[in-house]
Amino acid sequence: MIPALTIENLSKVYDNGFEALKGISFQVEQGDFFALLGPNGAGKSTTIGIICSLVAKSAGRVRVFDVDIDVDFPAAKKHIGIVPQEFNFNQFEKVLDIVVNQAGYYGLPPTMARERAEKYLRELGIWEQRDVPARTLSGGMKRRLMIARSLIHEPRLLILDEPSAGVDIEMRRSMWAFLKRINEQGTTIILTTHYLEEAEALCRHIAIINHGNIVENTSVKSLLRQLSREVFILDCVEDLPSEITVEGFTVRRVDDHTLEVEVQKGQHLNQVFSVLGAEGVHVSSMRNRANRLEEMFVNLVEGAA
Amino acid sequence: MSLKEQWVAFLTILRKEIRRYLRIWTQTLLPSAITMSLYFVIFGSLIGSRIGDMGGFTYMEFVVPGLIMMAIVTNSYANVVSSFFGSKFSHAVEELLVSPVANVTILMGYVVGGVSRGLLVAFVVTLVSLFFTRLQIHSYFIVVTVVLMTSTLFSLAGFINAVYANSFDDISIVPTFVLTPLIYLGGVFYSMDLLPEFWANVSKLNPLVYVVNAFRYGVLGVSDVSLPVAFGMIIFFTVIAFAFSMHLLNSGKRLRQ
Repeated sequence: MIPALTIENLSKVYDNGFEALKGISFQVEQGDFFALLGPNGAGKSTTIGIICSLVAKSAGRVRVFDVDIDVDFPAAKKHIGIVPQEFNFNQFEKVLDIVVNQAGYYGLPPTMARERAEKYLRELGIWEQRDVPARTLSGGMKRRLMIARSLIHEPRLLILDEPSAGVDIEMRRSMWAFLKRINEQGTTIILTTHYLEEAEALCRHIAIINHGNIVENTSVKSLLRQLSREVFILDCVEDLPSEITVEGFTVRRVDDHTLEVEVQKGQHLNQVFSVLGAEGVHVSSMRNRANRLEEMFVNLVEGAA
Repeated sequence: MSLKEQWVAFLTILRKEIRRYLRIWTQTLLPSAITMSLYFVIFGSLIGSRIGDMGGFTYMEFVVPGLIMMAIVTNSYANVVSSFFGSKFSHAVEELLVSPVANVTILMGYVVGGVSRGLLVAFVVTLVSLFFTRLQIHSYFIVVTVVLMTSTLFSLAGFINAVYANSFDDISIVPTFVLTPLIYLGGVFYSMDLLPEFWANVSKLNPLVYVVNAFRYGVLGVSDVSLPVAFGMIIFFTVIAFAFSMHLLNSGKRLRQ
């Protein structure tokens, strides 16, 4: 099966001399849910900009479903739907007009455009707002509008640049459910995000980009397996002893009922529970101090810095 | 994209453009009607009655074609420059840039949008002029051709201005400091015969001279410049403006990073 996206030795040097991409290469398989992670200024938005023609590349090749953008960019564009980070629609236009016009730019006849606009605006829960100017929508609804607009030509590859920025938790969850659903229906999805919880919850593969280089490109599962250290927070029922040590572990008493335990790869928490049990302390709940992927991300990015 | 799909995309851009200027008709259509009425009253009736004949016609008859052409020029230019720069400023232009629509379709969508506003305003101004004078058209063919060519030329010029503009100030600088002086010095209010030979020759560098005189020939049958030269110059400037606009779109200058 041909990949949904192939990027080879992609470079970008801006007019001011800033080298945003230093010859990156990666591939996204059809049907994948792929995350492109990286700190601010790492090159994520530049990469996406090049794929959808808003940024001119300096060197390298980009192929979308095997269509080289240097050979037939219009054909490649038909496969791509893009949800940018910033709102990029006319705020004075009506919601329905924005979506229907976008269909027109892809050459869809008006009847089909209206049918699809209704379908996606309903699915994203903003059909009731179809006749209001876009500026009156909330931030989350504007984001949904951009998703509906990006899907109007039913692209095979959907790219979302920070889709959860400025979206409340409830709306974010329903958006995740929607994205999962269209991914299951066959749409390949690439997203950039700062919410690593989002990447862990949704994505199967991850590439981490830093200073214009890909520093990791693997599956979420294998990335998490690389995690050499995790920090757990233990909530205890009884008061913790003022001094507590567990051989081989770094433990920190946060307060009378909370203990922070650092667990290295290969160690088992049973040993900690045994020590606490011997002290007459019962553990009522336990959680990771930070999102596991976040720990991995920080390790990789700081390691590459 | 197939030709049929390009046609759909063209109609979409055009429809959007027409809706835009009709939605804000108090800013786009009404001002020209009011301004031109004032020109007709002041220059045509009040001052014009004391000026006497100009080029063998009453001053009102002489000035009306120039004023109609002035409305066409300013409106076709203003429509494209404000609409396209607005899209650029709000990043809504990205809707077009990420789509497979051809650059020539984008350009023609905006240009025909500008032409349509120029034609609509010309119609309104012509209706207003009928309250002040009787219009007898010398050649409908020349009138229609000149109106279409001129509104196309100045829509293209507006597009170029919009691509280069970085702020809303930049889209008013050219109309204020270039377009308006060229219109006023382009023979709207006077015949070139009144100018000393040197200034008459300098005026021939002004493209508005050819536009105004070609249109005046279509309406009155008189012109300060030869009609083939006027047509040749308008076509020449239009081809240059079209080629440059396409170059800007194809190279992505100031549109893509």
